[in-house]
Amino acid sequence: MHNILEIKNLSVEINKKRILNNINITIGQGQSYVMFGPNGSGKTTLLMALMGMPGYLVKKGRIIFENKDITKKAVDERARLGIGIGFQLPQEIRGVKLLDILKISAGKKPNQELGSDEKRLIKKFMLTEMLERDVNLDFSGGEKKRAEVLQLLFMKPKVMLLDEPDSGVDLESLKMIGEEIQRYVEKNNASALVITHQGHILEHMRAEKACVLLKNTIYCYNEPQKILESIRKKGYVGCLRCMKRRRQE
Amino acid sequence: MFKVHEKKKTGIKSLKELPGDIARTAEATGIEETERHRSGSFFQLDESAVFAKVISRFKGQMEIMDTKDALEKYDWLYDYYWKLVDRDKDKYTKKADEEFMGGYFLRILKGKKITVPIQSCMYISKQRFRQNVHNIIIAEPRSEVQIITGCTISEDIGAAEHIGISEFYVKKGANLTFTMIHNWNRETKVRPRSAALVEDNASFISNYVILKPVKDLQMYPVATCVGKNSVARFSNLLHAEKKSIMDVGSKVELLGDGSRAEVISRAIAKDNSKIIARGLLQSKNPTVKAHLECRGLLLGDKSAIHAIPELIATGEGVDMSHEAAVGKIAEKEILYLMSRGLTRDEATALIIRGFLDTRILHLPSALDNMIKGLTERVAEGL
Repeated sequence: MHNILEIKNLSVEINKKRILNNINITIGQGQSYVMFGPNGSGKTTLLMALMGMPGYLVKKGRIIFENKDITKKAVDERARLGIGIGFQLPQEIRGVKLLDILKISAGKKPNQELGSDEKRLIKKFMLTEMLERDVNLDFSGGEKKRAEVLQLLFMKPKVMLLDEPDSGVDLESLKMIGEEIQRYVEKNNASALVITHQGHILEHMRAEKACVLLKNTIYCYNEPQKILESIRKKGYVGCLRCMKRRRQE
Repeated sequence: MFKVHEKKKTGIKSLKELPGDIARTAEATGIEETERHRSGSFFQLDESAVFAKVISRFKGQMEIMDTKDALEKYDWLYDYYWKLVDRDKDKYTKKADEEFMGGYFLRILKGKKITVPIQSCMYISKQRFRQNVHNIIIAEPRSEVQIITGCTISEDIGAAEHIGISEFYVKKGANLTFTMIHNWNRETKVRPRSAALVEDNASFISNYVILKPVKDLQMYPVATCVGKNSVARFSNLLHAEKKSIMDVGSKVELLGDGSRAEVISRAIAKDNSKIIARGLLQSKNPTVKAHLECRGLLLGDKSAIHAIPELIATGEGVDMSHEAAVGKIAEKEILYLMSRGLTRDEATALIIRGFLDTRILHLPSALDNMIKGLTERVAEGL
């Protein structure tokens, strides 16, 4: 198994404020990686920096994708290389229909038809009725999440960056989203970096590795289930205590 | 400076007799030379009505002719001529009255549903020419019609002026949809002067699309909803570039009980252009409902949009609303699309195409596709 995404000593600033310090994560091909962390710990910032969003300034370190340094590449270049992102708060765009953006994600022109597999997925994601609507505009929380993940699946990325796919979504949608991500990853030997606050998505998809982001840096790496159990039992307060204890040692 | 030509051109028997460059230019405003998807056609070339025809399937259901001929034929037409637009309104209406060159008279007979669009073209082919046309459109009770009008000019000629008077009478229970496409050049001055009278249970839908440069355009059509449950809707798609100046507004006065109105505009200004997007809803009737919406998009930092939405409500319980928003393309929207693999330019074009949303026009799919094609060309040209 070779590494698909390597994050090396990454430090990121927003508006001259340091948000992330010395992040190190390595994701192998076909691997799913989960990142836990309380609100405000910098999880979203990491995904934004990985995607190359302007305003998320890499001050130190490198991002390596398939052995190539992409730290300075633009958003669209990264997308075309095979990095797909599912945003936590997807952007509404007036006048751009969900169908338009699904076609774009699938690499199709506006006048090209979607394939039968794609049409089946749209139905499965319960978005047929939404196709002619402006993307994300007045969508419910669940519809937004489903639309976001569906776009990602259509993109066929080598790495999926998923920002809290399990927040603000009903249980039925969550199950479907989790299972479809799992199916995609398995079938395509793709990788994923999934941010989750409570870990609910893990009931429906498998992950090999996990880490906890706390106070702007990764403080522990472990098996996903172990971290999840600990967080469920003691909350992130437990993580903080553990961090303090380790520092004292 | 502008000349008036008295000499009339001879008529043609088919639009296919039009010179190729004229036919092609007209086609860009929706005029089909073949008339395949049209129920009737009218063509005004400079000062002359050269073609007016109803295709056989719709004969006896409607009439199309030169307004001049119609005024000779029907005495009663004087009850409609200059009755909605005041001939002394401004210097342009006065000119149109003094130098009257015809235009089209269109009449849909009682109860007739014209299921295929009628097309009309106002064409300027001569330099320094001032075209003064006067159109009268009457949709008789319970009739239905779709009209598409293209006003345009030969590409290689310079300055010209177009003054178009249009008076619409939408009788009881009639539905009239009027879609006007303008394609001018950078030196054309354009002054449409239009008004509509909408009776009981009738609807008047007016769409206006201008995507190419113009020197100076000013129009402010007025619809008066006199009838019970009458409806008026104005939708404008405006794209100004170079040094174009567009002052485009719509006014609806709601008098009849239960009448409704909607004024919607989408305005894009780039380069050194300026758009003034006006809208006015006026009523004192508490049973009416009306909404005005103006969205403007600025491309570049030298263009300007001035949105002037106005509501005049007199009396308690009048329900009218407006929203206006002017700004540039949100960077977040571009980045979202770039994250799906589009380049910055592709993302920008897609947003612009979406902004010039033809869905606001509520057109049947053939016309909608045609206008969508035009907006796509604009978006791609950016």
